[in-house]
Amino acid sequence: MKYNRKFWFLLILGVIFYSIVQVLIMSGNLDSFYTITLITITINIILAASLHLIIGITGQFSIGHAGFMAIGAYISAILTMKMQIPFPVAILVAGIVAALAGLLVGIPTLRLRGDYLAIATLGFAEIIRVIILNIDYVGGAAGMVVNNQTTWTYAFICLIITLIVISNFTNSRHGRACISIREDEIAADAMGINTTYYKVIAFIIGAFFAGIAGSLYAHNFYIIQPTTFGFLKSFDILIFVVLGGLGSLSGSVLSAILLTLVSTFLQGYSDTRMIFYSLILIIVMLYRPQGLMGTKEITDFFGKKKLEVKGGKQVGS
Amino acid sequence: MAVKPLLKVNNVGIEFGGLKAVSNFNIEINPGELIGLIGPNGAGKTTVFNMLTGVYTPTTGEIFFNDVLINGMAPFKVNRIGISRTFQNIRLFKDLSVLDNVKIAYHSLVKHSLFSSIFRLPSHFSGEKEMEEKALQFLKVFSLDHLKDEKAKNLPYGQQRRLEIARALAANPKLLLLDEPAAGMNPQETQDLMELIQFIRKEFDLTILLIEHDMKFVMGVCERISVLDHGQLIASGNPEEIRNHPKVIEAYLGEEAGEKDA
Repeated sequence: MKYNRKFWFLLILGVIFYSIVQVLIMSGNLDSFYTITLITITINIILAASLHLIIGITGQFSIGHAGFMAIGAYISAILTMKMQIPFPVAILVAGIVAALAGLLVGIPTLRLRGDYLAIATLGFAEIIRVIILNIDYVGGAAGMVVNNQTTWTYAFICLIITLIVISNFTNSRHGRACISIREDEIAADAMGINTTYYKVIAFIIGAFFAGIAGSLYAHNFYIIQPTTFGFLKSFDILIFVVLGGLGSLSGSVLSAILLTLVSTFLQGYSDTRMIFYSLILIIVMLYRPQGLMGTKEITDFFGKKKLEVKGGKQVGS
Repeated sequence: MAVKPLLKVNNVGIEFGGLKAVSNFNIEINPGELIGLIGPNGAGKTTVFNMLTGVYTPTTGEIFFNDVLINGMAPFKVNRIGISRTFQNIRLFKDLSVLDNVKIAYHSLVKHSLFSSIFRLPSHFSGEKEMEEKALQFLKVFSLDHLKDEKAKNLPYGQQRRLEIARALAANPKLLLLDEPAAGMNPQETQDLMELIQFIRKEFDLTILLIEHDMKFVMGVCERISVLDHGQLIASGNPEEIRNHPKVIEAYLGEEAGEKDA
């Protein structure tokens, strides 16, 4: 049993979607506003999926995700702008450096639990931001000018890789070990699972993709500033994950798409934008406190029929 | 020459900020034995379990398992060298399926790497398949296989206890520690549990140490019993000796009753 049919179905669907958009862009039928919105959506999905691995799967309440994103953004910007290194290499290096930061932060802080971990990770993100603010090499508070190099193709390839890696990780013994930590850390430990190792691994993978998202983000606009990566950004990502349903990858993806669209189309009403945005959050949380998808995945829905057939066969045989 | 004990506990004690929870605890368990640990509430029984499994590090004394010193070893390492446990208040992975619960215990017995799982290399598929088959086999032994896709939290209480024992056994231990396995069970369920324990003991060649309050249960299955009171070992011996031991009667029924009987 290699990849199952659901996987190929989703992948082909993704490739078709990619091709349609790409053709529209090449033929000039999609204006740049929509292209940028689409790229922003993919970046937000990558961010949501990577935080989902840390919070939804491993149950570690980290709210410093913008810190990893900032590291990715600045590292890749330095590589492309100051050293003339090709963009794809810069993306990869940004991810690796962010992952190293994840390792560095993860080892001491993951001993903490719940609220304490949240505060420590928030502190880490602020430290990163303040450090960047004080480095003149990257422009300090004025920000750093970056070429617009993120194309739909780059963004989409990164998105697909992120989703495949995270879902592959989740559906393996390693992912199950992480879930067992979320469910009951003491029992996981007693069942022979090295909880510290898996918490750090989840943190590293999450940070890696946050770094990649950061590098895409940096090259999607013309300038990056430390203020962009403040704690509000961390909360934005956290909201994607919570709203989508803790523990559901497709939920995170869905809510990243919805909320990015909502906030993009509310941009015209800058005075009332945050009011509407907050209202939507409050309403969803009131009527669906478990998040849009709960802990279910999209594949659970169209897989149901097949499962029943299989059950029937077993009884008969 | 005498049989080499599987577990040897020498004068183990632990203090929490000046409070002596357990002191001078000694026990030797030979391979294949089924031993009970009893005592009134708050006597320190679960604390002893927590020391044996690495949750607490004893402040004094030594614990040897198969001649390896295991004081202060991390709980997951203790599990890997062959001590597995269940919990007094059931600690299943509630939102996971029955099958996944058992698979997690099987985690450290397969070896496919993180890399192979992320890139779906052949070793991932063979490893996962092995896990799935072994886990199903376990569920069959415990007659839980028809519930394999059910979430653990939806099982009735008795089944949850069964599943927790199955999960502990999936880690392939030599020594199984059961913390009040019969708590909250009705007489029929308790009877089934006694049979189950006798069965797994033979089937898996196990040594078992169990904590239990149900005297009928303990006297019925255990060959030797140790009694704790206020963190002290007050008696150990076979069920008959324990039943008539003045100190045990005193601990359970109060001083006067002990004196009268003695």
